[in-house]
Amino acid sequence: MSTDTTTLPVGRYAYDQVDRTFLSQRVAQFREQVARRVAGDLSEDEFKPLRLMNGLYLQLHAYMLRVAVPYGMMGSDQMRALAHIARTYDRDYGHFTTRQNMQFNWIRLEDTPDILELLARVDMHAIQTSGNCIRNVTCDEFAGAAADELLDPRIHAEILRQWSTLHPEFSFLPRKFKIAISGSPHDRVAARFHDIGLVARPGPQGRPVFDVFVGGGLGRTPIIGVKLRDNLPEEDLVAYLEAIVRVYNAYGRRDNMYKARIKILVQALGVEAFREKVDAEFALMNRADYRLDPAIVAGIRARFGIPPLEAPADADRTLAAARRTDPAFDRWVRTNTHPHRHEGFICAVISVKPDGGIPGDITADQMDLVADLADSHSFGEIRVTHMQNVVLGHVRKDQLHELWQKLVAARLATPNIGLVGDIIACPGLDYCALANARSIPIAQKLSARFANPELQERIGPLNINISGCINACGHHHAGHIGILGVDKRGQEFFQLTLGGSAGGDVAIGQILGPALPEDETVDAIARLIDTYLVLRHDNEQFLDTYRRLGAASFKDAVYAPA
Amino acid sequence: MPLLENGQVTQDRWYMAAEGEALPDGAVIVPLARLEEGLARAGDAPLGVIIAPDVDVAALRAALPRLELVAVTFPSFRDGRAFTQARALREHLGFTGEIRATGTPLPDQYEFLLRCGVTTVQTERTEDVSVWQQAHTIISIAYQPSTLHERPQGLGLRRFLS
Ligand code: HEM
Ligand code: SF4
Repeated sequence: MSTDTTTLPVGRYAYDQVDRTFLSQRVAQFREQVARRVAGDLSEDEFKPLRLMNGLYLQLHAYMLRVAVPYGMMGSDQMRALAHIARTYDRDYGHFTTRQNMQFNWIRLEDTPDILELLARVDMHAIQTSGNCIRNVTCDEFAGAAADELLDPRIHAEILRQWSTLHPEFSFLPRKFKIAISGSPHDRVAARFHDIGLVARPGPQGRPVFDVFVGGGLGRTPIIGVKLRDNLPEEDLVAYLEAIVRVYNAYGRRDNMYKARIKILVQALGVEAFREKVDAEFALMNRADYRLDPAIVAGIRARFGIPPLEAPADADRTLAAARRTDPAFDRWVRTNTHPHRHEGFICAVISVKPDGGIPGDITADQMDLVADLADSHSFGEIRVTHMQNVVLGHVRKDQLHELWQKLVAARLATPNIGLVGDIIACPGLDYCALANARSIPIAQKLSARFANPELQERIGPLNINISGCINACGHHHAGHIGILGVDKRGQEFFQLTLGGSAGGDVAIGQILGPALPEDETVDAIARLIDTYLVLRHDNEQFLDTYRRLGAASFKDAVYAPA
Repeated sequence: MPLLENGQVTQDRWYMAAEGEALPDGAVIVPLARLEEGLARAGDAPLGVIIAPDVDVAALRAALPRLELVAVTFPSFRDGRAFTQARALREHLGFTGEIRATGTPLPDQYEFLLRCGVTTVQTERTEDVSVWQQAHTIISIAYQPSTLHERPQGLGLRRFLS
């Protein structure tokens, strides 16, 4: 087995023959399941969980395929395969989701086995991107690169991906189950809005330990996860998660799908009783069977390609000089980059949210371009963010200006990361069978309204999150400003929530007042933001102003226009 | 649907006792509510019990040494509680007898059943046995430990099935 990590694909786990055999068997299995469905041997009811476990939904107009991008990491070869699928089987588009996956909205059932086969050729799949199983594990988009990172969470994310793949006991849970993992003190994964959120850091002797949060989630009952355990040793990670999911499988409600998530169980039992059950299960387990041996972790780690980070000593100065001469570039560096652990490198965020565009939508040609740029500027490695953007993780500082120029030419250089234009939106009524309202047009109108980059920067950090229904796929509860589509006698209305946050200062947004008609929503939000600009202390962020003043100060602006 | 073991059809030597009916001689599976009665039966004829998915298998602890079979139930293939029950029977209670899956599990769940400790399947479903046989062999690799203690593959948690 090769342990020369410099020849492996950078950033993601490299498949070997065993992993590839598994994938091709899995494709063959799905092909056979589709054939049984077409022949009528499987009813739609029986087929549904099987197709869902391969990422295939039935939506408003067509099937939708959600392709897994495990913990958001992929290679340029994989991105090109996605571009090819978009061109051949969809309408030239793909859509990045908040769980770091890619979604195609116009897929034919009959084509799906072929698509899965194409994916398998580049070591990709759609396994467990939907269904009542442990979903694709998400992690920090700057993992392995960020200056503030304590521990690279991808290794454990991959271990959890493998552990949960066709897990015999947990493939028919009461409901979907989502796990996120972070290795940074700055929570960039919304750990407390997940069924299980893991926060990793080095413990005694540098060995990883985990804080385990459980029972968070959005949906119609938004709940902030509670800490179940501190300092879980690495070797018990799999055992402890088995114990949690086992308790959930045994006791989670199955009579009402809206009450089937683990958050409801944790609330119903109370944290203490829930913890007791998990601890009892954990104590009974034969820990040796589930022990995550250091050798196992080392074996997985060795399958991750490591970028050879070498930059000229003056890379930093070259970048500084370019910033001085080019104000537009300077602005983009301010908004769209993140500090790298290596002083000669930087993480670049490619905004997939052009002014007036559809958040997260990317064309086949843009995918190919991103793949090319990843090859030329980031060791062939690409990351998808839970904000529906793309990251090139390791860009040499002296080459950043050149990268930016290429992005500008491709309309991929919008300087809006973390700002008003960086809107999260679900597919809404344009695609989703469950929607009450269209999320996308609101997102487009808002981003067009605030297109001016100077204005955006002046407004400062502000997350606007939009969901087309109470299921909360667009995370509206976690947005500083949340927008929820509701249906009132066949008319689209939008309810505003304020003060939510998915970060370390986690909070659920509060409903401001009655829902607004569609044609008043954007104006009302603009007035809300104007009011904030008037009320804030210098440079105070929206969230802080809101927390200082409360909702009342904003109500008039929204409901009683001057 | 006939009784399945290792993907093959096998003879069923067990009799499933209904509510109210007198317990016959020979190998009999009783509902949990009649377990005491089954245990009190004269002689040492084989005894099994069938449990609903909401039963905590720890309730069987005292009786297990005298049980040769525990049947778990899938009222719907979507209800995965019996997977946890089967595994707890093997792992926590050290049960080595037959674990039988009943109800309506899907053939596509066959490998999951086996890996959680189920040994035989008696399903109310009607498809051809070949579908179950195929489901048994189509995937040969797993990524996590199971009650079968399959041969580890050497990297990570992977192991070979079969
Ligand atoms: C168009 C097809 C989609 C359908 C039918 C769908 C369906 C649902 C449903 C039913 C829920 C509620 C689950 C619950 O809390 O019990 C939900 C929640 C959610 N969905 Fe979607 N969704 C779709 C697309 C998306 C997309 C595109 C994203 C990402 C942009 C997404 C991300 C989420 C997230 C993050 C939640 C919150 C769940 C939680 O509390 O953990 N979904 N979705
Ligand atoms: S929030 Fe509602 S409308 Fe939007 S994607 Fe989710 S289920 Fe569909």
